[in-house]
Amino acid sequence: MKRVKTAPEDRDVPKMLTGMAADLRAFLKSNGRHPVAVIGVRTGGVWIADALRRHLNIHEPPGALNIAYHRDDFERVGIHPTVEPSNLPFTITDRHILLVDDILYTGRTVRAALNEIFDYGRPASVTLAVLVDRGGRELPIRADIAGMSLSLKPREHVKLLGPDPLRLSLMKSTKTA
Amino acid sequence: MKKERDLQINAHGRLQHFLTIEGLPRELLIEILDRAEGFAGIGGRAVKKVPLLRGKTIVNLFFEPSTRTRTTFELAAKRLSADVLNLNIESSSAKKGETLLDTLRNLEAMHCDMFVVRHHLSGAAHFIARHVTPHISVINGGDGRHAHPTQAMLDAYTIRRHKRDFTRLKVAVVGDILHSRVARSEIHALKTLGVPEVRVVGPRTLIPAGVETLGVRVFHDIETGLRDVDVIVMLRLQTERMRGALLPGAAEYFHLYGLTPARLKLAHPDAIVMHPGPINRGVEIDSQVADGVRSVILQQVSHGIAVRMAVMAMTAGSQAN
Repeated sequence: MKRVKTAPEDRDVPKMLTGMAADLRAFLKSNGRHPVAVIGVRTGGVWIADALRRHLNIHEPPGALNIAYHRDDFERVGIHPTVEPSNLPFTITDRHILLVDDILYTGRTVRAALNEIFDYGRPASVTLAVLVDRGGRELPIRADIAGMSLSLKPREHVKLLGPDPLRLSLMKSTKTA
Repeated sequence: MKKERDLQINAHGRLQHFLTIEGLPRELLIEILDRAEGFAGIGGRAVKKVPLLRGKTIVNLFFEPSTRTRTTFELAAKRLSADVLNLNIESSSAKKGETLLDTLRNLEAMHCDMFVVRHHLSGAAHFIARHVTPHISVINGGDGRHAHPTQAMLDAYTIRRHKRDFTRLKVAVVGDILHSRVARSEIHALKTLGVPEVRVVGPRTLIPAGVETLGVRVFHDIETGLRDVDVIVMLRLQTERMRGALLPGAAEYFHLYGLTPARLKLAHPDAIVMHPGPINRGVEIDSQVADGVRSVILQQVSHGIAVRMAVMAMTAGSQAN
C-alpha cells in the first residue's frame, strides 16, 4: 500500500471521499458485491459511511455499530462510556456489507465490529473501508479500501473531527501509548 | 463501620456493590438507566448475548423464594455471557447448620465473581458485601423490608420510557408500604431522579411512622391519593411479613384500597399502572386494571432484564482502572 508523505491535516477529506468512492465502486464491481448495505462504527465511522453511501448513490441509510460490548479491554478499563446502541435498520443475513470506520490502527475495533455484525446474522461478505490507515496493526486485519495510509508512531494520533466539516487532526501524546 | 455509600462506590469512584439507592448520586442512577437502554435491544437480535462478562461466574444466592427476580437476574447474567449458579440456601446448607460466613467462604473458594443476594433479613446484602473478598461484587436482590434497588431502577426505567421527564411527575405508591422494600427503594430513586411529588397511599397500620421525612406526602384515602397522578405503583400485601392484626381481611382491603377502573379514572388520563409482582387479583388490583391498556406490569418484567444487565456490567467492570 502506498505511504503518503503529506500531513493528515493538509488533506481535504471531501476529496479523499470522492477518491474512496471511485475505488470502492471498482472493488465492489470486480468482486461481485452488489448491492451493499453500509454500516459505520460509531461515531466517526458513521459520518464517513453516510458520505460514502451518498457518493455510491445508495438510498438505504447506513447502520451504526456500537462495539462497546465486544471490546477486549473490559478487564482493564471496565465498561466503556455510554454511546448509543447499535442500530442496523436492515437484515444482515446474506447481505453484502460495507463496513466503514474513520481510523484503522491496531485492528481491534474492526475485530469487535465484525463480532457485533455477526450477532445480527450471517452476511454474504464484509468489505472494509477506512478513511485513514495509520499503521500499527496488532491483528491480521487490513482495509480493502483506504483514503490514505500513514506510518504513525504510537505517540502520534490522528483523529477525525466532524461531522461538519469533516477534517483530520494530528496529535502527539506525552505519555507512551 | 463503613457507610453504605462508601461500601458501594470504590476508590475509583465506580459502583462496586449495588445494595441500596439511598445515598447514590443522581448521575449514577441516570447512568444505570442509559446503559439499560443500550442493553434493551439485545433481546431482539439474532444472538441474544454479548460477551462482556464471558468467563465470570455469578451466583444467585437466594435465602428467600423468588421467581421473577431470580429468573430475570439469571437471564441478564446469561445475556452478558456469564456462567450462573442458582443456590436456594434455605433448602440446603443453612438447613444443615452452616453459617452464612462459612457458606460465603466456600463460594469464594469456587472462584465466583458476583453474588446476587436475596434474604428475608434487612441488611443481609450489606453484611455479605462487607465480608467478601475485594474482587467480588454484591448485588442486593431484596433484603427484608429494607431495599430492592434493582426493582426501583427498573420501575424508574419503565416510568422514563413512558413519561420522559421525571421533574414534572406525580407518582402514587399504594398499599403495604410498611413491609415493602420496593417502596423504600422506589421513594429514594424517584426523589433522587427529581420527581417533585411522591405520594404514599394506604391504611395507617401499613404506613411506617415518620415516612414523611423521606419527602413524600401521606394519604389514607385512596380517592384523594390518586387524584391527577401520572404513575400508580401498586404494592402486594405482604401477609408473610405481617405480625399481628394489621388488616381486617383481603375483601375489606380491596374495598378500601384496591385499584378498580373507577378509581383509575381519578388519575391523569395518561397515567400508567405498575406493580412489582406477584399480583394478587381482587386484593390490591382489579383484573380489568391489571390486564388493561394502562397496565405496564409485564413491560416492567422485560425492563428488569436490561436494568439488571446494566447493574451487573457496571459492578463487574468496577475493578478495572
